[in-house]
Amino acid sequence: MSCRSGLSHNPGLYIHVPFCRSKCRYCGFYSVTSVDAIPGYIEALCNEMEMYQGIFGTFDTVYFGGGTPTVLPPHTIETILAGVRKSFALTDNPEITVEANPQDLDMTMLTSLFDCGVNRLNIGVQSFNDDILSFLGRRHTVATVRSALDNARLVGFTNIGIDLMYAIPHQSIEEWFATLDQALMAAPEHISCYELTIDTGTPLKIELESGAISLPDEDLQFDFFIKTSERLENAGYVHYEVSNFAGKLNLASRHNRKYWDHIPYLGLGPSAHSFLHNRRWWNHRSLSRYLDDLHKAKKPVEETEALTDDQLCLEALSLGLRTKKGINLTDFKMKYHVDLLREKNDMLARLKDEGLIDIENGILSPTRFGLAVADTLPLI
Amino acid sequence: MESIRNFSIIAHIDHGKSTLADRLIQHAGVVEARVFKDQILDSMDIERERGITIKSQAITLPYRGTDNNDYVLNLIDTPGHVDFSYEVSRSLASCEGVLLLIDASQGVQAQTVANLYLAMEHNLEIIPVINKIDLPTADVTRTMEQIDAELGLDPYRSLICSAKTGTGIEEILEAIVHRIPPPKGNNDEPLAALIFDAAYDAFRGTIISCRIFDGTARNGDIIRFMHNEMTYRVEEVGRFLLSRQKRDRLSAGDVGYIIAGVKTVSDVKIGDTITIDTKPCSRPLPGFKEAKPVVFASIYPIASDDYEDLAIALEKYTLNDASFTYQKDSSVALGQGFRCGFLGLLHLDIVQERLEREYDLSIILSVPSVRYRFTLKNGDVVDIDNPAYYPDTATIEKSEEPYIRATMMFPERYLGAVMKLCREKRGDNSTLNYPSPERVELVFEMPLGEVIYDFYDRLKTITQGYGSFDYDVIDYRESDLALLDILVNGDKVDALAQIVHRGNARTRGLRACEKLKEEIPRQMFKIAIQGAVGGQIISRTTISPFRKDVIAKCYGGDITRKRKLLEKQKKGKKRMKMIGSVAIPQSAFVAVLKSDSE
Repeated sequence: MSCRSGLSHNPGLYIHVPFCRSKCRYCGFYSVTSVDAIPGYIEALCNEMEMYQGIFGTFDTVYFGGGTPTVLPPHTIETILAGVRKSFALTDNPEITVEANPQDLDMTMLTSLFDCGVNRLNIGVQSFNDDILSFLGRRHTVATVRSALDNARLVGFTNIGIDLMYAIPHQSIEEWFATLDQALMAAPEHISCYELTIDTGTPLKIELESGAISLPDEDLQFDFFIKTSERLENAGYVHYEVSNFAGKLNLASRHNRKYWDHIPYLGLGPSAHSFLHNRRWWNHRSLSRYLDDLHKAKKPVEETEALTDDQLCLEALSLGLRTKKGINLTDFKMKYHVDLLREKNDMLARLKDEGLIDIENGILSPTRFGLAVADTLPLI
Repeated sequence: MESIRNFSIIAHIDHGKSTLADRLIQHAGVVEARVFKDQILDSMDIERERGITIKSQAITLPYRGTDNNDYVLNLIDTPGHVDFSYEVSRSLASCEGVLLLIDASQGVQAQTVANLYLAMEHNLEIIPVINKIDLPTADVTRTMEQIDAELGLDPYRSLICSAKTGTGIEEILEAIVHRIPPPKGNNDEPLAALIFDAAYDAFRGTIISCRIFDGTARNGDIIRFMHNEMTYRVEEVGRFLLSRQKRDRLSAGDVGYIIAGVKTVSDVKIGDTITIDTKPCSRPLPGFKEAKPVVFASIYPIASDDYEDLAIALEKYTLNDASFTYQKDSSVALGQGFRCGFLGLLHLDIVQERLEREYDLSIILSVPSVRYRFTLKNGDVVDIDNPAYYPDTATIEKSEEPYIRATMMFPERYLGAVMKLCREKRGDNSTLNYPSPERVELVFEMPLGEVIYDFYDRLKTITQGYGSFDYDVIDYRESDLALLDILVNGDKVDALAQIVHRGNARTRGLRACEKLKEEIPRQMFKIAIQGAVGGQIISRTTISPFRKDVIAKCYGGDITRKRKLLEKQKKGKKRMKMIGSVAIPQSAFVAVLKSDSE
């Protein structure tokens, strides 16, 4: 299967690894710090795979996310991938990504990942400043990052993405640029730059509420966002989604694109979300409930929603407006029977005047300024 | 007739009228504790929530006195707000006595006095009742002094109670029986019944609440409303217990209801007299007045598709609110709608809320206005309550605006601040009375247009809640008027236009701009708001756009959450009106008249 944009329509497979060695001070994501549950989790995961045999077709991406997948002992990813290959068909050249913590990426781990077919690493670098790393509660240092990156290249990884974080309390744009410069020197194929979001119930949230720390105001957030985009695009990266930059467009995360293009995906593991046709469902967040259900040979699904055409249309609009690729207005009209050009003509003209969107060759796409307000654009 | 007592409870707002009514009803055992809801007479949700009575209601309480005789006590509830003072007077005309309720911690307030005067006009027996004696701040002695000095009543004839705890209720019931005289009247005279309320019932049509002064009303009688000369056949008469209780007749002295196939409440005029068509009484009962709206605003549906629904809702709504008027209207900015008349701003608020709540409509109200009068150069006199119809300035010979006499009462220490407020509102011709030391009664003549919106709120703020306010419309006076236009991103929004006193135009224009800046949410582009008089910009402000709102992550697990948020925002946006590409919230239209409280 192929489509106009040259992107695959094959479904993607997401595997959630709910373990972390320690909790970062901003993260409220569900994870378990005890590793005792790992064997049970692997078994359950393989059982869950069997339940979805024959439903999704041939996957062309596998993505291990977390939590911290690299908390799993070496060769565990191999075991899981063997399970994947047993239960599902994969294309000839699937993108297999593992999210990794720099500290875990020693030669043993890297070789084990590389040998079992992992061809893309997404490394949670976050910063090239040790003070900031410790403020965030990360386990690693800048030195760990450097050696992880060097080792990954040595082992043979040619598709490496790094995650960075900005708009951190007390951080200046200059400091952030220093981190970006270090990142560029490492020449990763992909860079994700996330504005720090502090989840509820986390230590940083408590400091924020007590007034001990504060987040940058809207103007500064805007500056961070725009200057990051300028800096990285000047360095040759494509700002292809709100937080994502690819060395070349074909180095964009194939897996993540599926979320934004309404392409089916199967999520396995606690809290993972799946999407097929007009249905989306998600697993229990709690590892124990997840394991319990699978023990009873039951799908560990917490909730399923059937999306109406209106809902799919709204999602397509909001997801499309988060990507540089934008929305093909003809396709959109055919699929959702909404003629945006006609129905929203005044508003689109206004937003175009404001420099927030472009409309060219039947494509509606956000500009750099538009990406900064991508949460409101779909309300046109 | 000897066993009947017709009475009302009158009080300043929040002095505990509804609670006392509840307690009396409970004591009379009309309602079992199981089904008892607080403030049982305030049957509309909105009344219960706001703690005010909007419509009058009556209830008959059977009571066995300590003398072992059985009595019929008819409690006629009255609305407690200045917007509804005519309704109050008709309820009082149906009584022989009143309980004058006074909060023991707040003492005598302006409406206590105003209500007392009303009761005196009707020659009613007045029983002062000091309420809320359970409060730690209660000061019964001081309240008694005020009853003596400010009301001129015998303080030693007053009763004390706590409607909340039930203390003193028995004594009140006994006082009603022994101090309020039984009604007078003659069953053999032609029927004369005073209408003091009318409510709409989906199955029976209009339920008329009335007091029979002379004669009797029975099933099958052909009755006539003396004001509009309509005739109807009586289908049912009865008394209000907790629900309607059918009887074979209503006789002189009775308070009860008549059902006579009257389709809408607006066919019934409060204060009108019902008589028998073939044997009418010689003259109607005194005091009839047609309730006239004094505040006007247009109502538009937010979505123009809802116009028909709005039309139906208004038609249904007027079935139950005779003082509300409406007619078709259209606005360039807001499309098809209706121009509506209200008794006052509270009434307007209530109508808006009920339309939204009971009919599930999203509506926008234009800036409220009073009715101005223009004498044109050709000699024509036109009354204009809608800025959209403001006459061409070149044709105007003379412009006039309605004036009121405002009566305020408050502790003397606030005098300076209140005087300042009244002068700011172009008040004139003041008189000052000291009904008692430390307490002043200030009377001012003021343009109605200056007080319709926030005057009462500001008075309450300035006097820290101790000030009270009452008003009558007196006459029209010449005034230099101007039309203040509001432009949003260059588009004139007719529904935001106001007719203002020329001397105030700049201040009003600035205020409108500031208020709109507060009310209109920031959008993705800059919004310019301008005030203009006669094409000249007199005020301006801009709402800067927001530049960054995007949440960084949107992966598999975030999409549903994000969509739900968008759905919620879209729903919120449906409650806003698009003017060009600017979304203006409902609240903005009324907010422009509000000033900042100081």
